[in-house]
Amino acid sequence: MELEESILTSGKLAPRTRRLRALTIDWSRIALNVLLPAFGVIFALLLGAVMLVILKADPLAAYAALVNGAVGTRFGITQTLVKATPLLLVGLGICIAFRANVINIGGEGQIIAGALMATWWPLFFHTWPGWLLIPSTMIAGFIGGAAWGFVPGILKARLNVNEILSTIMLNAIALQLMNLLLQGPLMDPAGVAARTFLAQSAQLPHQVWLPRLVPRTLLHAGAIVAVVLAVVVYLFLWRTTIGYDIRAVGLNPNAARYSGISVPTFQALALTLAGGFSGLAGTVEVIGVQHRLMEGLTSGYGFTGIVAALLGSLHPIGLIPASILFGGLLVGADTMQRAVQVPSSLVMALLGLVVLFVSGSALWARRWAARRMIGEQKDREETA
Amino acid sequence: MKQHEPLNADSPLHVVMRDIVKCFPGVRANSKVCFDVEAGEVHALLGENGAGKSTLMRQLYGLYQPDEGDIIIDGKPLQLRSPADAIRAGIGMIHQHFMLVPTLTVAQNVALGQRSSRAPLLDLTRVTARIRELSEEYGLKVDPRAYVWQLSVGEQQRVEIMKALYRGARLIILDEPTAVLTPQEVDDLFATLRRMVREGHSLVFISHKLQEVMAISDRVTVLRDGKVIGTRLTRDVTRSELVRMMVGRELGELAPRPLEPGPARLTVQGLRAMGDRGTEALRRVDLEVHAGEIVGLAGVSGNGQRELAECLAGMRRASGGRVLIGPREITFASLNQRIEAGMAYIPEERMRDGAIREFSVQENIFLHDHISPRFRRGIFLSFPRMEAHAARLVREFAVKTPGLDTPLKNLSGGNIQKLIMARELSRHPEILIAAQPTRGVDVSATGYIHERLLQQREAGTGILLISEDLDEICALSDRIAVMYEGRIIGVVRRGQATREQLGLMMAGVQQADALP
Repeated sequence: MELEESILTSGKLAPRTRRLRALTIDWSRIALNVLLPAFGVIFALLLGAVMLVILKADPLAAYAALVNGAVGTRFGITQTLVKATPLLLVGLGICIAFRANVINIGGEGQIIAGALMATWWPLFFHTWPGWLLIPSTMIAGFIGGAAWGFVPGILKARLNVNEILSTIMLNAIALQLMNLLLQGPLMDPAGVAARTFLAQSAQLPHQVWLPRLVPRTLLHAGAIVAVVLAVVVYLFLWRTTIGYDIRAVGLNPNAARYSGISVPTFQALALTLAGGFSGLAGTVEVIGVQHRLMEGLTSGYGFTGIVAALLGSLHPIGLIPASILFGGLLVGADTMQRAVQVPSSLVMALLGLVVLFVSGSALWARRWAARRMIGEQKDREETA
Repeated sequence: MKQHEPLNADSPLHVVMRDIVKCFPGVRANSKVCFDVEAGEVHALLGENGAGKSTLMRQLYGLYQPDEGDIIIDGKPLQLRSPADAIRAGIGMIHQHFMLVPTLTVAQNVALGQRSSRAPLLDLTRVTARIRELSEEYGLKVDPRAYVWQLSVGEQQRVEIMKALYRGARLIILDEPTAVLTPQEVDDLFATLRRMVREGHSLVFISHKLQEVMAISDRVTVLRDGKVIGTRLTRDVTRSELVRMMVGRELGELAPRPLEPGPARLTVQGLRAMGDRGTEALRRVDLEVHAGEIVGLAGVSGNGQRELAECLAGMRRASGGRVLIGPREITFASLNQRIEAGMAYIPEERMRDGAIREFSVQENIFLHDHISPRFRRGIFLSFPRMEAHAARLVREFAVKTPGLDTPLKNLSGGNIQKLIMARELSRHPEILIAAQPTRGVDVSATGYIHERLLQQREAGTGILLISEDLDEICALSDRIAVMYEGRIIGVVRRGQATREQLGLMMAGVQQADALP
């Protein structure tokens, strides 16, 4: 009640307190957002241990291998970050799409479309210096992916085609297109000359390779780009008019329409941007890790990125730790598979369990937080 | 889920709520509320929006848990953790916003969430038969095979009541059941309610409409600011006493100052449009609204008022005719062009079309104006200017909110409507289209909104007031246009026709015959 009065009598007070609140750190909220997912992961691992026992593998040895693989060595840590990078980039696009209430299952195809552009561009402009070639390749890759997102976007906007179906179908098209190009025009001339006919492109010119952050590892500058972009996406969604439009469209298309916001336009835009970020993920894989285009490039990042985005509560900043967690699990799972000889499908089951438990605990946390807020309110009133 | 058979299924429930306290962030919605329902009575819960009526009843229905206090049902204290618990205890609730699946039939909706008698298979034949039985017993006209999306609001409400009866509810809570109904449907509803009481049900009737409370209830409890002001036998209390209890003051009469209307601000010529069902909803509507004039559009709901409002707002395509704002034709203009031409619009369904629940108070103020150069730098929103503007509007329109960043869903209906009004009027429109601006809004917010409409009229805005509340139309309008079957059947000046004569016109009697 006092708060109500304050805003009625002095409008200037409200903005100031609001800014202050943004600066103070809410430790309990952080604890909630860090501890609970951690418990979720632990519970998932416990259930995974049961499955390991059924498979007659030693769960302790398996998990030791998992943790060791992900964070036990310097190389492991860098590998975790290498895998987290495309996940983060794909997830950023998924965040934007979800905020506009469109679901983008087309990450895989968009990664490929971006990677194709990021391969062709430096091969074609191989005389350009690195400072020009690297940014322009990234833009080209972004545009490639964006084009692959624009198609379902415009189909949805103009003809109301379901984006889930169209993005999935475009995945298959992109995959076959890549295979076709790798068998034909993009095939490595060296492979043709040596008569090996490997389905891979020529190696990209050295000046387009992203600089390595740690020597003798695969960790490349793309990781930094991804983190910077996470902040950019955050600012985009909450500080710009376009981000505002996208969120309004996603939360209540009717009210958006009644305010003169074109719902189809912003949904198409969101899908295009989502495609662009996936395309960028493909780009950093090509110019940061592989240095050429080859089959199997996407490694399922287009799908895992969706799950990472959900785990990060569809928030660009929350997505950073979520991607690192998934990167670590992917890397550790490889080590575990080798160490205790469990089938790779168990690893996928384990990832699924983590998602289930962590999102479950998030739900629980939200309920708990609501109850706690009410309690605080009561205390305040009683002391007043 | 196993359906427990109530202990004595035939006798109505006796419910006592004792010292209930319920807090939400920033609001103490119920403080030490005591409320009881005796077996077989209609107990009205009266109070303004935000007084805590719905909150109290949601705790009885298990949607919220009280922070303090007890709920005692048939002498036994019970913890209601979910609506499933409440249903098991014999409590049903008809919400203001219906909880129906539009693409399913009535029978499917009723069966939803219920264990089928031959699970895992559905048993719709049996459900259908039972619905027919109940339908007969309570005089509740419901076609079990009809699809919900085809039903009118009144019919959907009957389906909700049917759902509660089917689940064996002995106490039924009705949350502002008449807010969405036409006068005729209200009469039907009351007939059904009386029959339910005779059949041995207890009812809680949440409302802020006095005449309905007086008409249907045995006892009435008045809530204000989360506290019980008093409980009275309805026959021992007068309307003015109830108003005093609700708002703590008597409401004054409105007396709009006579004004000379200016040039035409809105001109509608021969407007035609199709309705949702593919029939013609508007059949050549002609209408003019001048500067400094309120034109009330009266009519029984479903005679084209909604479609006319949507057409004017640019949300429905006209199939013929013309619409002009001032001299500018906007028949096929986009919404942004209409706003630019000077139109403001308060939509009928404010939560669906007028606001975004999850957005903050401030974000809702800028649903359209965030693209205005005043509030952005390039593509970046200019927060300091937005905050200043929002704080000014919140103060000026007396919107009660804990802060500008409070999510809109935490505000009461009246305050949300004031906020929408603040947003629309802040553009200083030439023409304001206000569709049901006070529907479901409490008495004091209604008074405030009426005052604002009159102020805007004096400032020279032309106002088209679309309302099903004839009292509101008569109190505010300079001219009253009556709509019937997609046409304007007559236009009368203020004071030229009585309520009864307007009622005749609303029923389709031509003006010449209605006004001898």
